[in-house]
Formats: sequence, structure tokens, C-alpha cells
Amino acid sequence: MIQALVFYLFSAVLVASAVMVIAARNPVHSVLFLILAFFNAAGLFVLMGAEFLAMILVIVYVGAVAVLFLFVVMMLDINFLAMREGFIRYLPIGALVGLILLAELALAVGVWTVAPAALEAARQVAATPDPNTISNTLALGRILYTDYVYVFQASGLVLLVAMIGAIVLTLREREGVRRQVIARQVGRRREESIAVVKVPPRQGVS
Amino acid sequence: MNFWTNIVWPLVITVLLILAIVVPVLIGVAYLTLAERKVMAAMQLRVGPNLVGPFGLLQPFADAVKLMFKETVIPSGANRVVFVAAPMLTFMLSLVAWAVIPFDAGLVLADINVGILYLFAISSLGVYGIIMAGWASNSKYAFLGALRSAAQMVSYEVSIGFVMITVLLCVGSLNLSDIVLAQQGLWFCLPLFPMFIIFFISGLAETNRTPFDLPEGESELVAGFFVEYSSISFALFFLGEYGNMILMSAMTSVLFLGGWLPPFDMAPFTWLPGPVWFALKIAACLFVFLWVRATMPRYRYDQLMRLGWKVFLPFSLIWLVLTAGALVAFGWVPRTA
Repeated sequence: MIQALVFYLFSAVLVASAVMVIAARNPVHSVLFLILAFFNAAGLFVLMGAEFLAMILVIVYVGAVAVLFLFVVMMLDINFLAMREGFIRYLPIGALVGLILLAELALAVGVWTVAPAALEAARQVAATPDPNTISNTLALGRILYTDYVYVFQASGLVLLVAMIGAIVLTLREREGVRRQVIARQVGRRREESIAVVKVPPRQGVS
Repeated sequence: MNFWTNIVWPLVITVLLILAIVVPVLIGVAYLTLAERKVMAAMQLRVGPNLVGPFGLLQPFADAVKLMFKETVIPSGANRVVFVAAPMLTFMLSLVAWAVIPFDAGLVLADINVGILYLFAISSLGVYGIIMAGWASNSKYAFLGALRSAAQMVSYEVSIGFVMITVLLCVGSLNLSDIVLAQQGLWFCLPLFPMFIIFFISGLAETNRTPFDLPEGESELVAGFFVEYSSISFALFFLGEYGNMILMSAMTSVLFLGGWLPPFDMAPFTWLPGPVWFALKIAACLFVFLWVRATMPRYRYDQLMRLGWKVFLPFSLIWLVLTAGALVAFGWVPRTA
């Protein structure tokens, strides 16, 4: 009974905060509601016994992705009230696109049937382990690193390519930037940097 | 009756257990502030606070009462809800993490299988309190402090993550009690000494302590992200920061210094109970925190970023690969289940 209560609590807050993400006037508030939504999703994962996924969700999405979101959104200097003014004007076309997407989804999912043989085969391949005898992390690791190791490595490569691409696109070489080269600073010797000059009185250094 | 025995009674017991953890932590926080002033005073040949109570032992309570009776000021341009929520979040996060810390064999509130991930998740959330405070204050200094802090904490979390993975490789479990028990006979701070150092320095950066206290930077940003805070909301930030220090020391003890285990498993050392050893190890780590503060000047911001991304990250990555290679080569890989 407590489980059911907690489930409805998490789900209700999750749905409400998800609505607030698109309804909030202030974009920073939107990101904060998004974080709340992530949290409640993690809570739902814990209720299902998927503790590893819950923690990864919090670490990756809340701890890293949403921080960068918040970082960018906070520094934007846009008049958001002015952006909202076009809402009525763009409503028809937005509603049209939304309706088309909804219809497509309904068509695709509504007629989706899976052959019983394929379903049985899928169950054979990825048998759900009993959470009481084997921990989440172990079960995930066994599947990920034995059955799907090449796919896993390939996804890592895709991410690496994306990262290199982002760096190449944004890297710019600027002229005249002073940089600190620590090796040069440390490797400097006394002879190169100090000259001891005997200055005769009343003559100064020429 | 079922309602009482199944729901209310466990709830009451859990609340009492939580109090049994939180109250000592809060007292520890209060005395950590006094210890900091005393230790720094001793290192700078001063006396430190000594007037309130014997040896100044009541000073933390005097400070707390003073802060509580001050006026709470909310700036007119501030975003009120976020402004008030930020210190509460910081304070809460510094206490919530204690749920999974094992104090002795079996003496832990929630003995979850993913304990170390939980700690990592909670410590990665600490940045939100600071960002929210900086943004909601609607002030330039606070905002600069928040931006610095966000960049700094995200950078150093990466190397903390690699250090944790190295420890996990040697343990073969994400449960914190298992991590401590795996250190029987040999604490991880010896075989993984470089990672121990990296973890401690990253911990300094993660808790915004000197020499990485740029988010506060009182000589340039006034007080950084909490310039606009006063009274109890300031006190919550303060408590949260010191609570995080204690937490980071507890994490260091669990991961590298053998948690509640005595240094040698023989007579004079086993007389002290486990929690006392654990507290002693935490106190030793905290002393180093204070020592560093009294000794080191503040880092420049680009040096801080360079240290995080160009020194710690590659080094911890290489050490992780080396550890994994050594474990496989010598057949030391821990077998579980």
C-alpha cells in the first residue's frame, strides 16, 4: 500500500513538473522543474527495483546535463515576455504540426503487433534476472559487456566522434593571446633572467 | 493494529535513527567551525576564540544564536522562491548523504547496493544550491561566484568519478560496507596512494575550500555566491559547507582509510570500537582540510581549470587503466556472486 502511495506521489509530481517545464514563464524555472522531473523519475526507478538506473539518471542528467542547461539558460539575455507575445500568432501552425505528429504516433503504435515467435525469442535472449539473487549492476554489466560488447563500443565511438566534432567546430585560433607555458617558466634559469650590473656611483646604467 | 505495527512503528524508528545520525553531525559541524578557528589561530601564533565558555567551547552556540537573531534581508530584485530555496537545498544535501555511510559493521541506515553511486549523485547535486543562490540574488558578484563554482565542481567531479571507479575495481562491489571490508589488512591509501591524493585535492575543490575557494573569493567577489544572504539563510550555507567537509572526510575514510577498521587487527587497536576509529579518521582528514587553509594561497582560475582537466583527469584515467591491467595480469580481480 505504501508502495502504491509513493508511486502515485512520484508520478503526480513528475507529471506536474513536466507540465511546468513548458508552462513556466521564466526559462530558469523551467530548467529547475526539469530537474525535479528527473528526480521523480529516479524515484520511480527505485520503486521498480532498478536502483542502478536511478543513480545513473541522477548522476548523468541532473548532475551534468542539467547543470550545463542551467549554465546556458542563466546567461541568456533575452526579453522573454517579448518572445511570448507571438504565441497566439503561431498557435495554428504549432497546433497543426502537433496534431500531425499525434496522428502519426497513433497510427504507428495502434497497428503495431509483434509476432509471438519474435516475442518469445526476445525473452530467451534477455531473460530478466531475479533482483533478489543478483544485483542490478552485475546483471546490467553481464548483458552489456558479454552479449552487446561490440554495440557498446560502437556507441562509445559515436559519442567520441560527436565530441571531436563539437570541439573542431568551436575551436578558433586567435592571434596575440598570451598563454602561460609552465614548463618554460619552471625551466628558466638564473643566467637568462638576471644580469648583475656593477653601477658606478653618479653614472647610472646606460 | 496492522496499520500501527507495519507502518507507523517502522516510520518512528526510522525517524529516530535519522536523528541519531543528524544530531551528532550537526554538533560536529558546530565544533568544526570552532576547531577551524582554533587550529588556524595556533598555526598563526594567535590564541583564537577563548572567552565564551571554558577554552571558548561555547563559541559555536553564541555564533548560532547571533545569526538566528539577525534580520533576514531579501533583496528587492531577487527571485524570492529560488533565493529562499537555495540555502535549504545546500543544507539538506549535506545531510542526506549520511544515510549510506557505514559507521560500523552493519551500523548503517540504508545499506543499499549502489551506495557509492548514491554518494556521487548527492555530491554532484551540491552545485545546484550555489548556482540557484547566485542567480536568484540578482547581483553581479553572486552570479560570477556561481558561474565559477559550477564550472569548478563539474570539472573536479570527473576525476573524483575515476578515482571511485579505481576503488570499485579493487573491491568488486558498489556497497560501502563491502568497500570497507575489502580493506581488511591493507587500506587502499597505500596501494592506490596517488589516487588518494587526487581524491583529497578534488575533494577540496568540490567543497569550495582553499586553495580552490574562488566561488567565495572574499578579496575579489566580496563573498561570492552568498553576498546577498544574511541571518539564518547565511547560516544554512555555512552549515552546509562545513557539513560537506565532514562528508568528504567520511568518504575519504571509507574509500581509502578503511572506514571503521582499526589500523592493525590486534590487541591495543581493537579495544576502541569501530565508530570511534571512524570518527578519528574523519577528524584527521578534517585537520588536513584546515591545515591546507592555513597554508595555501588561492589558485588562479585558469590554473585551477588546468589542474583539473590537464593534470588530474589524464592522470586518474591512466592510473585506472593501469590498475585494471594489474588486477587482470596478476589474477587479483575480485570475484563476486
